Amino acid sequence: MTTTSVPRLKARRVPVKHKKAIAIFLAPFAVLFAAFYLLPIGWAIFQSLLVVERNGTFGKPTQVFGGLSQYVLVFQNEAFWSSVGRVLLFGVVQVPVMLGFALLLALLLDSPLVKGKKFFRLAFFVPYAVPGVIAAIMWGYLYSPNLSPFAAFTSNVDLLAPETVLWSIANVVTWIYVGYNMLIIYSALLALPSEIFEAARLDGANQWQIAWSIKIPLVAPAIVLTAIFSIIGTLQLLAEPQVFRSFTSSVSSTFTPNMTVYATSAVPNVSLAAAMSVVLAIATFIMSFTFLRLTQRKGDK
Amino acid sequence: MSQISAGAPKEKLASRTAAMIVMGISTLYFLVPIWWLFVGSTKSRAQFSSTIGLWFADFNLWQNIHDLLAYNDGVYLRWMLNSILYAGFGALLGTLFAAMCGYALAKYRFPGRELIFNVVLGGVLVPATALALPLFLIFSQFNATNTFWSVFLPSLVSPFGVYLARIFASASVPDELLEAARLDGAGEVRTFFSVSRRLMTPALVTIFLFQFVAIWNNFFLPLIMLRDQTLFPVTLGLYTWNSQVNQIPEIRTLVIVGAFLSIIPLIIAFLSLQRFWRGGLGAGSVK
Repeated sequence: MTTTSVPRLKARRVPVKHKKAIAIFLAPFAVLFAAFYLLPIGWAIFQSLLVVERNGTFGKPTQVFGGLSQYVLVFQNEAFWSSVGRVLLFGVVQVPVMLGFALLLALLLDSPLVKGKKFFRLAFFVPYAVPGVIAAIMWGYLYSPNLSPFAAFTSNVDLLAPETVLWSIANVVTWIYVGYNMLIIYSALLALPSEIFEAARLDGANQWQIAWSIKIPLVAPAIVLTAIFSIIGTLQLLAEPQVFRSFTSSVSSTFTPNMTVYATSAVPNVSLAAAMSVVLAIATFIMSFTFLRLTQRKGDK
Repeated sequence: MSQISAGAPKEKLASRTAAMIVMGISTLYFLVPIWWLFVGSTKSRAQFSSTIGLWFADFNLWQNIHDLLAYNDGVYLRWMLNSILYAGFGALLGTLFAAMCGYALAKYRFPGRELIFNVVLGGVLVPATALALPLFLIFSQFNATNTFWSVFLPSLVSPFGVYLARIFASASVPDELLEAARLDGAGEVRTFFSVSRRLMTPALVTIFLFQFVAIWNNFFLPLIMLRDQTLFPVTLGLYTWNSQVNQIPEIRTLVIVGAFLSIIPLIIAFLSLQRFWRGGLGAGSVK
């Protein structure tokens, strides 16, 4: 992602050529981006600053400016914070496991040890084509104590219990995204010049040493990219746990932050839900941005 | 591939075996659930719960599909059609707009260029689901929730597509070629559609596929926007059916068959277009 970190500042005034063409190229995306990205963000912030007031018990509710009072409520909202804590715990475990798995498969695929690369690459990638809702329905049945083909196991170990269901969902997410992340890392590996490895191999390094001390550091940018997308995805978790609600009562309506937003907006308490959306978006932004910065700093040494 | 063997042949055989075992077990992990779904969709309701899950009983797939298409006046077909409209046209237009924008950012110098790119990049980091609720609030201002457009229009925006398009345009469209086209008197916009677009094709297929998947899989936006069943994409439709299984047990077979049929188009799309996206996938990280 080096193109982003090197802004080319030009102080000199150069007359802009092809103004009309540039406008034509930019306009459609710019309009849509403004209408369906920037405006909603602005709107969410605006809505989050409103509170509902009633004149008496039966009076008509009206929305008035309430300052940051909704944010105070968000910070006091236990359901919201426990859902945030839950996805953070989820992310701390699931993201490294998934990326480690993806990295292992990518390295194996890139090594001379494996035959039938084409087949494996496709087989591992197929789950990415399965939507989260469908994957969750499928695994919901696979976890079920009586309908599962592995009922001998699932009838003894309750994978849908309150203590285990988070990790059962983690498995669904891992199943979907390992292949996708593997392919990103694998394409980065393919792009490395092979002379580097030849030299190491002549020096007597074996495949594992080459993988550990040459390949992994060189594909670090790709791993960072997959990590950022995984962090964003984790905080946004919605479809899989929402589907699991029809398989088990262990998943509450406020299981993840997005489910809390949805449940709160359905109450309806849109201002509070909007404030939660804003907090969530800012948190996601800060986390992925910080992660990007930290890893880039490390790479600069 | 011929290798200069470094270790003893025995050690090499051991590593090779270990590697293939890992690959084999992983293959089972990724494919067995889909195999189970296929097998399950060929079974009648009674045999679904009474026969072994990973192998066939009486082949009932066609009857199941028939029941699926007949149920509720064929609403399933409607859902599939909706998904294809949302994802197909959404990704097609979205890719075009992202490509034009990324191309302009890569190939022209103008004030505010870096600013626009950074704002778009910030958009990559703002999760789409965080926008679902505010989008609902905006559309409800215009009484436009629960419409086709309320899901379709927001799906057109792909900041990551712009990011990829910019990288690909800088890498694959040489400035000399554009200069040559200019000397030939071709307009900028025409050059984009006739020359540059062709050079960027692998990238565009990648952007298209990933936006297609993102729209096809999007759950929060339709969940929050739509009330009318006939507007549902297939994921939302199957979700509502699946949450009714406890009340209407016979619907379970339909959920299984419906889920199986719904993933076939995506798998076919990925397999048939793989020579394009394979090259494009890593670009976000390599360059």
